[in-house]
Amino acid sequence: MVSQETPAKRSTAKIQVRGLNFYYGPRQALYDISLGIAEKKITALIGPSGCGKSTFLRTLNRMHELVRQARAEGQLLLDGEDIMSMDVTRLRRRVGMVFQKSNPFPKTIFENVAYGLRVNGYPKGRPLADLVEASLKRAALWDEVKDSLHKSAYALSGGQQQRLCIARALAVNPEVLLLDEPCSALDPIATAKIEELLFALRESCTIVIVTHNMQQAARVADYTGFFLMGRLVEFDETKVVFTRPRRRETEDYITGRFG
Amino acid sequence: MATPPLVIDQLHAAGRGGRVRAFIERLRSGDEIAHLITLVFAASIFLLTVLLVYELYVNCALPRHKFGWGFFFSRTWDPVFENFGALPFIYGTVVTSLVALLIAVPMGVGAAIFLAELAPPHLSDALTFVIELLAAVPSVIFGVLGIFVLVPILRSQVEPFLKATLGFLPFFQGPIYGIGYLAASVVLAIMIVPFVLSISREVLLAVPREEREAALALGATRWEATWKVVVPYARAGIFGSVCLALARALGETMAVTMVIGNEPKISASLFAPGYSMAAVIANEFAEATGDLHVQALIELGLVLFVLTMIINALARLLILLTTKQGTAHP
Ligand SMILES: Nc1ncnc2c1ncn2[C@@H]1O[C@H](COP(=O)(O)OP(=O)(O)OP(=O)(O)O)[C@@H](O)[C@H]1O
Ligand SMILES: [Mg+2]
Repeated sequence: MVSQETPAKRSTAKIQVRGLNFYYGPRQALYDISLGIAEKKITALIGPSGCGKSTFLRTLNRMHELVRQARAEGQLLLDGEDIMSMDVTRLRRRVGMVFQKSNPFPKTIFENVAYGLRVNGYPKGRPLADLVEASLKRAALWDEVKDSLHKSAYALSGGQQQRLCIARALAVNPEVLLLDEPCSALDPIATAKIEELLFALRESCTIVIVTHNMQQAARVADYTGFFLMGRLVEFDETKVVFTRPRRRETEDYITGRFG
Repeated sequence: MATPPLVIDQLHAAGRGGRVRAFIERLRSGDEIAHLITLVFAASIFLLTVLLVYELYVNCALPRHKFGWGFFFSRTWDPVFENFGALPFIYGTVVTSLVALLIAVPMGVGAAIFLAELAPPHLSDALTFVIELLAAVPSVIFGVLGIFVLVPILRSQVEPFLKATLGFLPFFQGPIYGIGYLAASVVLAIMIVPFVLSISREVLLAVPREEREAALALGATRWEATWKVVVPYARAGIFGSVCLALARALGETMAVTMVIGNEPKISASLFAPGYSMAAVIANEFAEATGDLHVQALIELGLVLFVLTMIINALARLLILLTTKQGTAHP
């Protein structure tokens, strides 16, 4: 196939995937995926519904193991360390995830952010409240919630809830943040806020985002991968993918001719 | 004042076909009928409840006038001298029900967590099916098993053990008979466990997958996700199951009367025999000697009824509170 590993080679690969095949029981969902995810960059994954974007993303922090009979074959490396044989709670702490539907816990705003710290333990000498505040600030939510930290998270708007989920994921200080269509239920203003946030986070985090929104990928991503029917058809710098795609299918998809 | 046209009027006014047709149309669409029928059902259920309380109330006028509030605080129950007090029965009912909950809730909720979260689905379904069958066993069977299996075990093993280890507590002192509060509590616990378990399992299974995934994605272990996220999310429903179980335990008659000892006494010790409201009504009603005796039993029935209603109302209120704003309090 195309030179899928090129972009990552230009900067260091945080996550390296080689020859990943994925099966839901007898059904294969991903075919021979190889790519490198560049450190402290934003990588977007696009493609029509059902092409395996979420499946791929969830394999990166082994959330696929929750699905019975799901099976991943191939090599996945995080900083050169084998993901599949790593301790799973440690892996998920290093590779955080934000979901399509915002899913705060039925707790206060404060407790939502503190949850990850409580289960993972947190650095001694820094009060929990400081860490929570720092995470909320990183997620650009602090100013809006600082007076209602002890109110239910459900009282927030959809966009705020999603940023709360990002703050919750950031609290444990992950090296990689996976986002699966984080803006699909949000209005343009809330979406813009999250995109801004992603830009800021790029300083400290490697980000992989699945999106259905072509403009979003073009706006925020450094690299873009195009999935089609379980295969990674094209993967390159975003501007290359959107201006001079190598493959016909990619061009058709981004110009809206199918999918 | 303009009164809404009656059905008859509408049908008579065949000339004004439009309105009749519109009405029949609405009847056909089922809205009106469904509305009417459900309203009648709802009203009659409510009326039935009110009537029941009223009947019980007027039919216990004698003891109400004779004993007043003292009825609730008197410990004597003496049909011969026509001196009636409800305290031993209220005490027996409350104690056995609470102890039953103490046993059944951890067991039922624990088993529900296992079946909903940890066991493979087919095993979970099979086990739940069997456990739910328990709920269909007639209570007299539980009573018989209580007498022939449970009471001997309690008398020879469990109660001596409790006495030896926890004997410093007033609940585990005194002579051991086998039958008594503890026996009734254990039988009740076995009877209510299926309720707690099957409802708790349902609500646990209904917790959105996203909640669990969010916790796991933060590096929580499976158990941490279950205990700190899934169970709190489901707590209102779990609480509901506990209340249902409690209501069942309060009213249970047959199995209790077979193992509680049927003595209208109050003892701190769970080994001692006692009595419960439902049990005394069932046992004495048929051969009650005088009007006062009969009516005292009816008043006991009223107390039981009101007690169950209060507990149900409290439960509903608590569920409402926990689902509405309780989520704000971790
Ligand atoms: N739990 C599952 N069990 C079996 N098959 C699954 C499961 N989840 C996904 N699939 C299948 O795997 C394929 C890829 O699904 P996936 O959710 O990864 O697609 P996607 O690209 O994220 O789609 P969307 O854009 O709609 O979210 C689909 O054909 C889907 O039917
Ligand atoms: Mg998806």
